[in-house]
Amino acid sequence: MADTALTAPLRSPLSDAAGRLATATRTSRGAIRLAELPFLTQMNVRLDPKGAAADAVGLALGLQLPVDPCTIARAGELAALWLGPDEWLVVGPPGGQRDLESRIRKAAGDEHVSVIDVSAQRTTLLVAGPRARDLLAHGCSLDLHPRVLGPGRCAQTTLGRTQVVLVARDDPRAGFWVLVRSSFAGYLTDWLLDAAVEWTG
Amino acid sequence: MLLIPCPWCGPRDEAEFHYGGQAHVPYPEDPASLTDEEWARYLFFRDNPRGPFAERWSHAAGCRRWFNAVRDTSTNEILTVYRAGEERPATFQARSVRVARPAIEDEAAQADTGVRGQSPQRGPGAEPPVSGRGGVGESNQPFRHPTRGRIRRDKLLTFTFDGTEYQGHEGDTLASALLANGVIQTGTSIKLGRPRGIFSAGVEEPNAVVQIEEPFPEPMLPATTVELYDGLVAAGLPGQGRLATEPDPARYDAVHTHCDLLVVGAGPAGLAAAAAAARTGARVVLADDQPDLGGSLLDTGEHLDWVAETTARLAAAPDIRVLRRTTVFGYYDDNHLLAVERRTNHLGAEAPEHVSRERVHRIRARRVVLATGAHERSLAFADNDRPGVMLAASVRAYLNKYGVLPGRHAVVFTTNDSAYAAALDLAAAGVGIAAIVDTRPDAGEWAERARAAGIEVLTGHAVTGTQGAARLTAVTVAPYGESTGQREFAADLLLVSGGWNPVAHLFSQAGGTLRHDETLGSFVPDTCRQAVEVAGGANGTLDLAAALAQGAAAGARAVEAEGYAPATPGLPYVPAQPRRTPPMHVYVVPGAPGAPRFVDLQRDVTVDDLARATGAGMRSVEHTKRYTTAGTANDQGKTSGVLASGVVAELLGVDISALGTTTFRPPYTPVSFATLAGRDRGALHDPVRTTALHEWHAAHGALFENVGQWKRPWYYPRDGEDMEAAVLRECAAAREGVAFMDASTLGKIDVQGPDAAVFLDLLYTNMMSTLKVGMIRYGVMCRPDGMVFDDGTVIRLDQDRFLVTTTTGNAAAVLDWMEEWLQTEWPGLRVHCTSVTEQWATVALVGPKSRAVLGSLAPQLAVHNDDFPFMAWRDTAVAGIDARVCRISFSGELAYEINVSPWEALALWEALYEAGAPYGITPYGTQTMHVLRAEKGYPIVGQDTDGTVTPQDLGMSWAVSRKKPDFIGKRSFARADTARRDRKHLVGLLPEDPGAFLPEGTQLVAGSVLPAPPVPMLGHVTSSYRSAALGRTFALALVKGGRDRIGERLYAPVGDRLVPVTVASPVLYDPEGARRDG
Repeated sequence: MADTALTAPLRSPLSDAAGRLATATRTSRGAIRLAELPFLTQMNVRLDPKGAAADAVGLALGLQLPVDPCTIARAGELAALWLGPDEWLVVGPPGGQRDLESRIRKAAGDEHVSVIDVSAQRTTLLVAGPRARDLLAHGCSLDLHPRVLGPGRCAQTTLGRTQVVLVARDDPRAGFWVLVRSSFAGYLTDWLLDAAVEWTG
Repeated sequence: MLLIPCPWCGPRDEAEFHYGGQAHVPYPEDPASLTDEEWARYLFFRDNPRGPFAERWSHAAGCRRWFNAVRDTSTNEILTVYRAGEERPATFQARSVRVARPAIEDEAAQADTGVRGQSPQRGPGAEPPVSGRGGVGESNQPFRHPTRGRIRRDKLLTFTFDGTEYQGHEGDTLASALLANGVIQTGTSIKLGRPRGIFSAGVEEPNAVVQIEEPFPEPMLPATTVELYDGLVAAGLPGQGRLATEPDPARYDAVHTHCDLLVVGAGPAGLAAAAAAARTGARVVLADDQPDLGGSLLDTGEHLDWVAETTARLAAAPDIRVLRRTTVFGYYDDNHLLAVERRTNHLGAEAPEHVSRERVHRIRARRVVLATGAHERSLAFADNDRPGVMLAASVRAYLNKYGVLPGRHAVVFTTNDSAYAAALDLAAAGVGIAAIVDTRPDAGEWAERARAAGIEVLTGHAVTGTQGAARLTAVTVAPYGESTGQREFAADLLLVSGGWNPVAHLFSQAGGTLRHDETLGSFVPDTCRQAVEVAGGANGTLDLAAALAQGAAAGARAVEAEGYAPATPGLPYVPAQPRRTPPMHVYVVPGAPGAPRFVDLQRDVTVDDLARATGAGMRSVEHTKRYTTAGTANDQGKTSGVLASGVVAELLGVDISALGTTTFRPPYTPVSFATLAGRDRGALHDPVRTTALHEWHAAHGALFENVGQWKRPWYYPRDGEDMEAAVLRECAAAREGVAFMDASTLGKIDVQGPDAAVFLDLLYTNMMSTLKVGMIRYGVMCRPDGMVFDDGTVIRLDQDRFLVTTTTGNAAAVLDWMEEWLQTEWPGLRVHCTSVTEQWATVALVGPKSRAVLGSLAPQLAVHNDDFPFMAWRDTAVAGIDARVCRISFSGELAYEINVSPWEALALWEALYEAGAPYGITPYGTQTMHVLRAEKGYPIVGQDTDGTVTPQDLGMSWAVSRKKPDFIGKRSFARADTARRDRKHLVGLLPEDPGAFLPEGTQLVAGSVLPAPPVPMLGHVTSSYRSAALGRTFALALVKGGRDRIGERLYAPVGDRLVPVTVASPVLYDPEGARRDG
């Protein structure tokens, strides 16, 4: 839907919070960086990892759909996050929904594959900076140490009182993507800003 | 918090999982062939064994996979996990039970290398003596020693206690500063009102519990744990404090911490353990409740150089976190420990606002070394509660940590060696030691050493009584066993040592067992299932060299077990101590008749109280505790627990080892609710979910209703309108013109796959497979017991793709439900379910004018009824926005649900608002939605149903398929119970007075006069509203045999009136459905 010509600009779940996130980033003096990365293309893909479609879809995306739990495969601007043994979230830059969906469907052919555009289901928060792990540790029970949740890894878990998908970015200094259900994004933003007060004053 | 190993994602906190009950209870292949009894057995009966139990879990907050786990129901240990569909493993390994101290003998031998017979570090008379009040030391702190202690003498702090201003130093506690000023009494006791003074120097303090008044009121803090700050205002308490009445302005938070090794306690054993683990690559956390590391070494003033060096080395080491002022207060499953860090309390008014005052650390440790030390025990002798009676080692701590002499003339009363070192240290600092009174017939080398220092040692003696009021003045002594004093010593200080209790609280909370150590005369850690070791005093190892060696070995073993090469830490050379004489196990000391012998000072429980308990037949310390309250105060009996066990054992004539201790439960020390709440309070206490249109609603004056975690517009009052007026106006707009609401909160699930239709046929009571692409069907879901679980619409998007909507509050539960059946019962079905709730924003456009409004915005859409019939859907552009328009009505009016991307929802909403303006388009909220649907008799699952209502009860037999061979719930509709004629049916109620309003929940009775109780109830009101369309009030109700009572008069007790009502059909408005197509 986002591919159509639009008269009105798109509004992301956190468009009204952009100023507060920027202020927190500025006042933390480099300790943390917070921002919404809106409108990323997100495609939920379900298929049998042992079936023919897995390879075909991987080929179409230029990556191998990861079969190790909580890992990520990347190809250019696309990232395939493991969500379950037969479930992936393929994330790409904004605006690519239709193209991505048809590429996957075409590759799958007649195999039993589910492809669902969930780009608006979650929005993405960037949590970066030297204190990013400390900030997330306020509400995430997972071990965020780079040895455990380092580049190439993702995790579905809870942050504060909401569910998220945590994505460790390839460069450890680049921090995390936090994918959160759009309806919870406002809460999570309030929560993150409150937890960040120690660095933002 | 259990750590449950998801077979896919690995170990995760229990909170990420949902429990699914007993595993391997398959859905019967042909429910129709079962007898009622067999079906009831499947529905209602489950095993409940003690021991291993196979159960279903879902990793709900993670990969959403259902799996099976075998859990030992008696220990909560997860023994094994396996994927759904796999056989239960025949064997699995239970976690082994570990001994708290695996290599104790070696370490003791290794430690015992010192040379015996050396003199203590400081000889008597080596320092200037302290004279009386106003003598040596700061002129205004008469009991301050001129040189000893670790306080910052250059930092003078002013504080107020009980209205008097005093001075102390940075590094003081409130207790030490009071003692330096000659104040020992801090309050009175809770029941008897007796004067009570500072008794100890740490968290075990039973007496000196104070109220902090400024900077922020806080009740019941032991003065021994309050770090002094400038401007502190405190007051002594009569055993009870008071909560602040103003809101606490401080911040509190929590963090999750992970480590390979957690060392609890930074005394000699803990420091050695941390030093052995530092720089090995292992992640280590060292937590200690004091501001400085060193533990008991700071109390005795020994090996301070080693403490300083080790502290500096740890500070410089990578991967080690030292948490000072941090009390580990709870030890839970799978090495999950909670600690509270007091971050800014000690700064008083200087505390920065943006830093949390206290922080809870939720620590998940691979290994734990408990080096929590030991608490000195008191003795139950006559009048043992006077201010001036103190634990011996605590007095020594005041000298060495704070440079305070709590008195001038002391008597020492002991049953063991440890008090001798205290006596000699104090004597060296200038305290007159009148006598050491030792119950043991022979006190060996220590006694010789004391005598050599000029101190009288009375072996085989005991204290039989004390004198004094606000402060101790005299101590009477007699041969042990006699109750009348024979000698009296003038003294303002009585040092008591009844032995040592290892601080085994955390070990015990971890599930560890304790055993009675005959030599020590106390309970020590024995075995535990968790990966924990105990070292030093906490293990009953009171010898310093042995404690150091034990700590180092425990730290090394822990990191080695995690795959790191341990370090060999430098340990201090400990000169050999005098040969030990075994302690004597004494609890009750004979004394002057009538004089109370206190066991629990904080609860005022005496030996006589415990005797009353045993006299009343109590045989367990758990019972005597509850009978007398001994051990239940906020010190949780740290100094009195084992003493109470000893006293009860004596009273019962049994051995204390047979009696044991009471249960140690978290928290080890009191933790405030504010701290535990952290940032989960106020606006953040529960997530608030909002739709893409939330700001518009707020800007247009909507009041919000909480529906689950969602904020939904409730109604939009205009100036001067109350709820009733606003809702009547909104309802009228929907029935007569056009109105619109934000319906985005409805749950939406995409169901895809070749077997999607088969799956939905199993899930819903009605037939979904016959639904044509492009069409929509209402459906009801039941539990296997036949009770309504959820309802909603099913849209067929394609041959193998459906979009299912759920009620707002049930979205997650329905998705879980689908996954559970798919993954555990019907794994062969080729179906995938995915939540798309937030992928779509939904606007309901309702009313006779809705077609005109939609038509004006959707030029490509043929809106005529023949082209776009009821329960059809179309993809089109509305206001230039890609939309899926559904002809669904929850009001009985012509209505559309327009679904668009939430990114464009505001544009759609505003376009509708503009296009509808000529028709007076009106935004409406949930209250109006409820009225409109109730007028049509549409039930709301969860409001008009409560888990005991079948579709037939709701009058929805039409939604229950008779053609399908099976669906969830079908078999239950053939049970005798669901076929009863007197089941409660959903009916309408019309109060005879059209203005009378029945509160929801109102009961219904048959007669106009209430009979004597119990009054037979016929049902209750589930929904109740005022209707603009009907011009009156009405209600929906569940009434016994309700459909057979239509037209009957019933009565509703409202307040003290019985309101007559008439039972009606639930469909009160437009029963012919004439308005649906506009």
